[in-house]
Amino acid sequence: MKILVVEDDRETAAYLAKGLNESGYTVDCASDGRDGLFFASSGDYNAIILDRMLPSMDGLTVLGALRAAQIRTPALILSALGSVDDRVKGLRAGGDDYLVKPFAFSELLARLEALLRRGTGSATETKLRVADLELDLLTRTVKRRGQPIEVLPREFRLLEYLMRNAGHVVTRTMLLEHVWDYHFDPQTNVIDVHVSRLRQKIDKSFDHPLLHTVRGAGYCLRAPS
Amino acid sequence: MAVEKLHLAPARGWSGSPLLVHARRLVRTHAIRLAALYFLVFAISVLGVLLFVYWTSANFVVQQTEATLDAEIAGLAEQYAQRGLSGLIQIVAARSAGGRGDAMVYLVTDPNGRPLAGNISGWPAEVVVRSGWLSFGLERTRNGHSEIRPAWGRLFAIPGGYRLLVARDISDAAAFRGQVRATLLWAGLVALGVGLAGGTLMSRNMLRRVEQVNRTSERVMAGNLSDRVPLNGTSDEFDQLAANLNRMLDQIERLMTAMREVTDDVAHDLKTPLSRLRTRLERALHDPSADPYQRETIRAAIDEADRLLTTFNALLSIAELESGARREGAEPLDLAEVARSAAELYEPVTEEKGFVLAVKTEPGVEIRGERHLLSQALANLLDNALKYAGGGTIEIAVFRRDGQAVLEVADHGPGIPEADRQTVFDRFVRLEPSRTTPGNGLGLSLVRAIVRRHDGSVTLADNRPGLRVRLQFAALAS
Repeated sequence: MKILVVEDDRETAAYLAKGLNESGYTVDCASDGRDGLFFASSGDYNAIILDRMLPSMDGLTVLGALRAAQIRTPALILSALGSVDDRVKGLRAGGDDYLVKPFAFSELLARLEALLRRGTGSATETKLRVADLELDLLTRTVKRRGQPIEVLPREFRLLEYLMRNAGHVVTRTMLLEHVWDYHFDPQTNVIDVHVSRLRQKIDKSFDHPLLHTVRGAGYCLRAPS
Repeated sequence: MAVEKLHLAPARGWSGSPLLVHARRLVRTHAIRLAALYFLVFAISVLGVLLFVYWTSANFVVQQTEATLDAEIAGLAEQYAQRGLSGLIQIVAARSAGGRGDAMVYLVTDPNGRPLAGNISGWPAEVVVRSGWLSFGLERTRNGHSEIRPAWGRLFAIPGGYRLLVARDISDAAAFRGQVRATLLWAGLVALGVGLAGGTLMSRNMLRRVEQVNRTSERVMAGNLSDRVPLNGTSDEFDQLAANLNRMLDQIERLMTAMREVTDDVAHDLKTPLSRLRTRLERALHDPSADPYQRETIRAAIDEADRLLTTFNALLSIAELESGARREGAEPLDLAEVARSAAELYEPVTEEKGFVLAVKTEPGVEIRGERHLLSQALANLLDNALKYAGGGTIEIAVFRRDGQAVLEVADHGPGIPEADRQTVFDRFVRLEPSRTTPGNGLGLSLVRAIVRRHDGSVTLADNRPGLRVRLQFAALAS
């Protein structure tokens, strides 16, 4: 997996490269927009991590030029600008995800992995499975070990997102953005309560819990090892 | 404020025709009042001039008549003094026959009123026989039909009961006076008409220029900072006013741009080092040689850095919202939908914390806005209610009132004392009892910035007990 990091701050770039290397990715770095566009134009990256404010050519312009050239490499925008407006604008400009600086590396990794998976999952599948948990997208039903589990519509959406990212860490912010389309963090821990209710339903009467809390990062739905 | 009133008044529903609305606005404007005042002064002076002209010309004719009569009388008196009554009769007879035009009228009568000499056959009917100036109607026959013509003259009593009448037919003078009157009347009417038309034109021109200034200010206030008042190149006062306003707007725009740049720079230059700080802390956290105590300390430091960043981000968001220029994301949206989706997100946590969340919505309450921002405002209000109310029902309501779209969040907590209801919107203001709870004092500032960006208003009221926060926006027609 090859990742392009376009970031003008050398320390951030080095940290990203090191962290991503350790997580098993090959990383190229570009330090301004023009170089970034040049590298990215080759099209042989699996994902691009793109800083929004760059010398010579800003991130959104680079992205616009790439998308105009039909290069659809998933792009994660990094930005110091964190208002709802900025996020929405970044996503509209062709970004696939938006992360506000500074970020926890775990958050970046979780999002990057979600982006990389997005391309692989087939869009036509109608059933998602994790261990003995099964979610049917057509009948909108959930079963575990063959027993039907009643879930509310919002819990269904939450579970669907967790299952699509099974085995990977999903952060609270990712859930807010993808399940609720909220691009800001409320001060109240709204997500935790949603997750704990879902956990009640899918894990409580079973031996092996599937939905885990990852300290300092978020949640992970995974099959028992 | 005046601009706002002007802008709002027609919307508040004069049911009359646009023409009527226009006429009413015309009457209310300063320009038309000024024009009316000028017209009044103009009309009075025109009337004064015309009256003066009329009076002097009419008077001139009267004076001429009197001078002629005086000269005649002086001549006759001289004759009488030299030659007595018979001389007088002679000269009167001579003058009557003289054919000096028919303007002069002479008559000498004996004590019985019989005419002795003169060019009229008898004493005119209505003339009272007494000495002095008199005016009367004179019966004259001309071209076969008789007519009464005005005359003006003097009657003298001559010793022995004789009388002398010297008069002048003043029908020409009367005709002249009539002519003057008619001429002046027409001249006056024309002058007043021209004055009225000129005043209206002038006021409309003035009104148009003022309107241009008003429109431009409205557009600028609506966020279109680069709009300017058009100049018409005459360098008159209005042009100067427009030029000054434009210079002011240039300066405001420059300041706004500079502020945005500073904001962006601060965001970039301050957040990058903060970013590094957090990155280093994170790296230290993953260092295998760190012992659990060190890890705990590092985690606490990261949390602190995150809190600092949250505050910082909120400040930047407020600054950006208040700088106001961008609003490309606005679209028609249903407030009820915004309320329901927020309620859906918050319902489990409100229940967990021992609250009841109630949503009351009217259908079709639509405004033009940015959903993400409005959701954020609503989420902030719900966060506040959860933080301060302690329990009970939290109500979210969406309804229409007086043509406005209203989004309300009400709780049954301690509320906010009336004296503090304005200051809580200021940045970093936290009321005494809440100082100990976590929070940065920016929630309501952000709510207000979002509401203002939508040209709406936010008010706090007593929910008896509790707090009722009302957001009001211009509703789209249903």
